[in-house]
Amino acid sequence: MSTPLLQVSHVVRTYAKGGVFGQSARAVDDVSFDVAADGPEILAIIGESGSGKTTLARMILGTVRASAGSIRFKDLDLADVRSRRQRLAFMRQVQPIFQNPFEAFNPLKRLDRYLFMTARHFADARSDEAAQAGADTALRQVGLSLAEVKGRFPHELSGGQLQRVAIARALIAAPALLVADEPVSMVDASLRTAIVELFRTLRDELGVSIVYITHDLATAWSISDRVVIMRRGVVVESGPARSTLDHPQHPYSIELKSAVLSPDALSPL
Amino acid sequence: MTAVVAVRGLRAYYQTSQFGVERDVRAVDDVSLDVQPDEIYGLAGESSCGKSTLIKTIAGAIRPPLKVRGGSVVFNFAGRSLNLYESGPEALAAIRWKHLSYVMQGSMGVLNPVRRIRHSFVDFAWRHIAQPRAEFEAIVVAHLGRVHLGPEVLDAYPHELSGGMRQRVAIALATVCKPELIIADEPTTALDVIVQKGVLGMIREVQRELKSSLIFVTHDMAVHANLCDRLGVMYAGRLIEEGATQELFSRPRHPYTTHLIASLPRIGRTSTVKPLVGAPPNLADPPPGCRFHPRCPLAMAVCKEQTPALVDVAPGHRVACFAVNPIAVVTAA
Repeated sequence: MSTPLLQVSHVVRTYAKGGVFGQSARAVDDVSFDVAADGPEILAIIGESGSGKTTLARMILGTVRASAGSIRFKDLDLADVRSRRQRLAFMRQVQPIFQNPFEAFNPLKRLDRYLFMTARHFADARSDEAAQAGADTALRQVGLSLAEVKGRFPHELSGGQLQRVAIARALIAAPALLVADEPVSMVDASLRTAIVELFRTLRDELGVSIVYITHDLATAWSISDRVVIMRRGVVVESGPARSTLDHPQHPYSIELKSAVLSPDALSPL
Repeated sequence: MTAVVAVRGLRAYYQTSQFGVERDVRAVDDVSLDVQPDEIYGLAGESSCGKSTLIKTIAGAIRPPLKVRGGSVVFNFAGRSLNLYESGPEALAAIRWKHLSYVMQGSMGVLNPVRRIRHSFVDFAWRHIAQPRAEFEAIVVAHLGRVHLGPEVLDAYPHELSGGMRQRVAIALATVCKPELIIADEPTTALDVIVQKGVLGMIREVQRELKSSLIFVTHDMAVHANLCDRLGVMYAGRLIEEGATQELFSRPRHPYTTHLIASLPRIGRTSTVKPLVGAPPNLADPPPGCRFHPRCPLAMAVCKEQTPALVDVAPGHRVACFAVNPIAVVTAA
């Protein structure tokens, strides 16, 4: 058995609640899972608001430290990342995609600058031409091109296009792992499928593993290989995506599935 | 049966002025619809298709730069008819909340964060209910029971309640005067799936009990399928299809509606749907003719020149598309 790409073991994150007695809340409580190294996969983390999904994502990205337990990326323990050099080396391999593309980009900054900066930092682009070529390649992977994006501000693109630019930016570094935190919840339902399909293409063609954080069971079912279902910081169920979501065992997973509104049911509530 | 609200040829534009150049953003362009008593009318469409502008215009919540350029909104409340844009502000103030109420997306924006919930109820409804304080409170407590909340909620501050409870308070607030027409703008979009199902069930229950009409706006077609009696689909400021929900879902006619329904993610679906090419048009400079033609798989020459009218294709089912409805070409010519 080779070293997993990402190994999350017994991770806990507590937040101080304040007050006289200094209570603390456990946002993530003893969570363990792996993303395998042999072959790319999409791992979906599913849960309602407040289930600790976002805290977990931040810990994987290294922006929040775990209170206990360890997160290892390949051979690197994230707790050992201290210097800027180590941090940049880690960011080359693990890239984020955020929930709301309108908030992720500065409205006063042209979009291509984000792409060029990423190319210079993480793709060893030494010249403007190299940065532009890197940006264009990444944009073509998501169905856009540099000509469409160059010189544009975030408000000039639609939400779906902007989220594609965010994905392209993450791809410039040619990462091994993408962490996508609710990437489609701010996008219209008709575009959602297109973006989710894009993740599948990235996995199959570029060999990127993706941690896909969502509360949408339908998209998780359609693209992910495995799922982890969380509730209040605890993993309640995990397993292969289709069989787990088709036949959920834990009462919470069953409740979650029954709450999904099916467009085919036409059953009055 | 008289419609609770009849909208005819409504046009509402945002007037902008950039570097001295006047431009109109045509957010609502020639929309006509009726909402019958005791029905839930769903309004669907992507972001920036003009849904929210349309309901703001129906509710008379117009502020510059939004301007109504034409058309009428006629309410029929308690046997009296009122033309919204011909009557003065007093007439509108008299019907607001008593006959016409509004549930917003962010319940936090409705409830005053520094006052107890009781205060919000007094603020919104006391004047319309016009009862002494004790009777008023009894009415409010009885009404909170309808949304499964106890009287202790009245003493809470908004931040002490969960998102689902706050949204239920907002629904109770909008329905306490038993209005004939309730407008709900994405009331469940900010909630997660389990809470959303509960709140939708509640809305349906309250609507059945009060026999009010409800205009329900959301971009989530799955919510429409489960809640609405009739559904109108908007694209780029125009109503492009309207019909009974079941009919619309089983036999969508307009290519945009067809795409919207086909692209819904479903558990158990493995096939993929091709996304539409391009993006929704800029409403400051919409394409001529049918606004969907640059992205439409069925586009014909006529679509670029003429605007299809919304015409009946089946009883109660109206579609604005030349490809679906060749007769429309003749009437437009």
